[in-house]
Amino acid sequence: MTQSVVVQVGQCGNQVGCRFWDLALREHAHVNKRGLYDEALSSFFRNAVLIDMEEGVVHGILQGPLREVFDSAQLLTDVSGSGNNWAVGNLTYGSAYRDSIVNKLRKAAEHCDCLQCFFLIHSMGGGTGSGLGTRVLSLLEEEFPDVCRIVTAMYPSAEDDVITSPYNSVLAMRELTEHADCVLPVENQSLVDIVNKISLMSHDAKPGCVLKKESTVTSGQGGVSPTERPFDAMNNIVANLLLNITSSSRFDGSLNMDLNEIANNLVPFPRLHYLVPSLTPLYTLADVNIPTRRLDQMFSDAFSKEHQLIRADPKHSLYLACALMVRGNVQVSDLRRNIERLRPSLPFVSWNQEGWKTGLCSVPPVGHAHSLLALANNTCVKPTFMELRDRFTKLYKKKAHLHHYLHVDGMEQSAFSEALSSLSALIEEYHHLDATKARLIPDAPRLSIAR
Amino acid sequence: MSVVTVQLGQCGNQVGQELFDVMCSDARDVHRKTYSAVSCERFFRQTTQGGKQARAVLIDMEPKVINHSMSKAAKSGRWRYGETSHFSQKQGSGNNWANGYCVLGPRHRDAVEELVRRQVEHCDMLAGFIPIMSVAGGTGSGVGTFITQCLRDVYPSSFVLNHLTWPYGTGEVIVQNYNSVLTLAHLYQLSDAILVHENDIVHKICSQLLKIKQISFSDINRVIAHQLGGVLQPTLTPASCGAYSRHPIGIDWQVCPPPASAGGSRSLSAGSFNTSLANLLILRGKDVYSAETGGFEDPAIYTSWLPPDEALSLWKSPVPFNKYEKSATLVSNSQALLRPLDDMVRKAWNMFASRAYIHQYIKFGISEEDFLDSFTSLEQVISSYSELQ
Repeated sequence: MTQSVVVQVGQCGNQVGCRFWDLALREHAHVNKRGLYDEALSSFFRNAVLIDMEEGVVHGILQGPLREVFDSAQLLTDVSGSGNNWAVGNLTYGSAYRDSIVNKLRKAAEHCDCLQCFFLIHSMGGGTGSGLGTRVLSLLEEEFPDVCRIVTAMYPSAEDDVITSPYNSVLAMRELTEHADCVLPVENQSLVDIVNKISLMSHDAKPGCVLKKESTVTSGQGGVSPTERPFDAMNNIVANLLLNITSSSRFDGSLNMDLNEIANNLVPFPRLHYLVPSLTPLYTLADVNIPTRRLDQMFSDAFSKEHQLIRADPKHSLYLACALMVRGNVQVSDLRRNIERLRPSLPFVSWNQEGWKTGLCSVPPVGHAHSLLALANNTCVKPTFMELRDRFTKLYKKKAHLHHYLHVDGMEQSAFSEALSSLSALIEEYHHLDATKARLIPDAPRLSIAR
Repeated sequence: MSVVTVQLGQCGNQVGQELFDVMCSDARDVHRKTYSAVSCERFFRQTTQGGKQARAVLIDMEPKVINHSMSKAAKSGRWRYGETSHFSQKQGSGNNWANGYCVLGPRHRDAVEELVRRQVEHCDMLAGFIPIMSVAGGTGSGVGTFITQCLRDVYPSSFVLNHLTWPYGTGEVIVQNYNSVLTLAHLYQLSDAILVHENDIVHKICSQLLKIKQISFSDINRVIAHQLGGVLQPTLTPASCGAYSRHPIGIDWQVCPPPASAGGSRSLSAGSFNTSLANLLILRGKDVYSAETGGFEDPAIYTSWLPPDEALSLWKSPVPFNKYEKSATLVSNSQALLRPLDDMVRKAWNMFASRAYIHQYIKFGISEEDFLDSFTSLEQVISSYSELQ
């Protein structure tokens, strides 16, 4: 089995990461009926690195039910936090802990029989996750250039209470564009919307409309940690994303989809590696009288606005490529039927009209008969990035809070302008592709052969 | 004479296992001792413990599928794979032909050649090799092409017949057209014959002829195995003088390495006539000697290069195949694959024109030049076949 090393950085990164381990344990326990501590999963666990510049979250983990699972050797903590300042995270702590971080990464990598991928989890709006997280990313590229780097990045909403989150996010984005192989952007607001939608469902007055508790994508029920805290529901969604993306590496299926295949299939140009995730179903109804949502409905839902993990509408933008990871008792004919059905309404770029990457894993997630994870390389990320750029520019024009950053040793104003250019260039690339959408592009003239 | 099968990648290992299953049960259910003996000798060997072991080498860059195929075989109770006849790594080829061909193939060449050599040693007489692989992924296509080259180098006088599975046109792997183009262009220079199954066509067989409701890859693979078995099981040929032909792949392709298509369910559409270079018709079961096959000798369906009686080969076996009282298999070297091949090249070329995904391939060691060479090579094939009259 291949292993991945999960590196969780900052408060948000660690909360999501822990939810992931919790759900993974639950999933493997469910599959491994004898209840033995899964050999495969235990080796998966040794491959986590937890980094935070505040003690709170990681400390909590060491007190909690997952404490036996993590080795103190895998933890890196400090006490003062990064003050929501990307420069502190990236430069101050980045330099101070560089060697220590590299050592821990090396140790985690050595534990792996076959290291396939690094999963980095962090938020974009704060200081540690965003700053130190992206510093870890570039260290990963330096030390392990041949190992795939997949980043799950939590983007702040416009109403984020951290005023400088646009600065932190844009500075971090430049790093992600330059050093990550794939980025799975997740917007807080989308998670909030999904959580609300599920809450609405469970409070619905309709008789018999009961949700199967352990099936909701927001629930950690049945996992190791007994209590649900704020943000748990949202973090569960992201944890489910990671669970689904690694399912083919952990379980059997008739059409395997490995992690290294994701980058190769979904990233046509090096910088355009932002993949919009969508998860279905979000919940399963418990009442047997209410028929389970048809399989085909699941496929349709994957392309609807409500199921995307960023606020975007991929159906009305341009698809560069799309991956469908199906779990459960679903066969190739179901896959083909749905692709054929949905294809006409989805705009794909001219040179990738059949741009589908598909995977079939036989083991469904706990509480479901089947599930679908879609990863779309779609120009619908452009408005998200443009909005981020606008928020950045609003602050930057007034030079608001800039001094906090420039005071940090090693931080230059050029970092800001370069980060802004990087983001603008990225937006421009998506824009260029969007422009081809309406035009009918003829086939490229073929080579003519001398007789 | 014996044949060593090399199963490559997920598809190759899944199809291969179904193929051996078909051939084993076909030979077993039959009371014709000679047929059974020839079939067994060709594809299996008797172990000292009395069991049947497939003459096969299983190769993949990750272990799950091989483990699955080996245990499925063992569960049948009738045959198994050799305990040590497999090679896998931990991590796949990432659907990248260049990774398979330039990096993983060469890296593991010695180990694979050793496994092949051991199988060859168990053969009294080696007829040749059948690599089984898909063209869409990374291992079957890339490593498969590299291994085919190795087989050519190490066993120059043995036959190499590649069985390829082409993916669904609507996509299983986004870069499948690149992987396919690179594979086919290379195999053209290396292979003696290429037998092709297209997932789209086999899917239609499952839905329209077999009326299967929820089609799985197992269903697809079983159809492929059945058709392939229909080609490879023993037959009487005009040259074999009343005995089962010792050489299972004695197809004599007169023209430069061509693709062949297996499966007789293609209909000739009026208006665009499918011209054949050569056809091989295999009849099995009841009434083979009285079957009327004149239609296959009609000069209108062949090019003018060969007289029809040379262009058509007719093999027969009175033994019913795989529980079918009567069955016929048509292996055709014709324009039938022209449309799918052209589609594949067109889509790959469009992608190449925007240089999409090229950086993923270049980092493993092939160049844009290599891509262009492969395109050129296939355009020539398309051109040659288009001009057949």
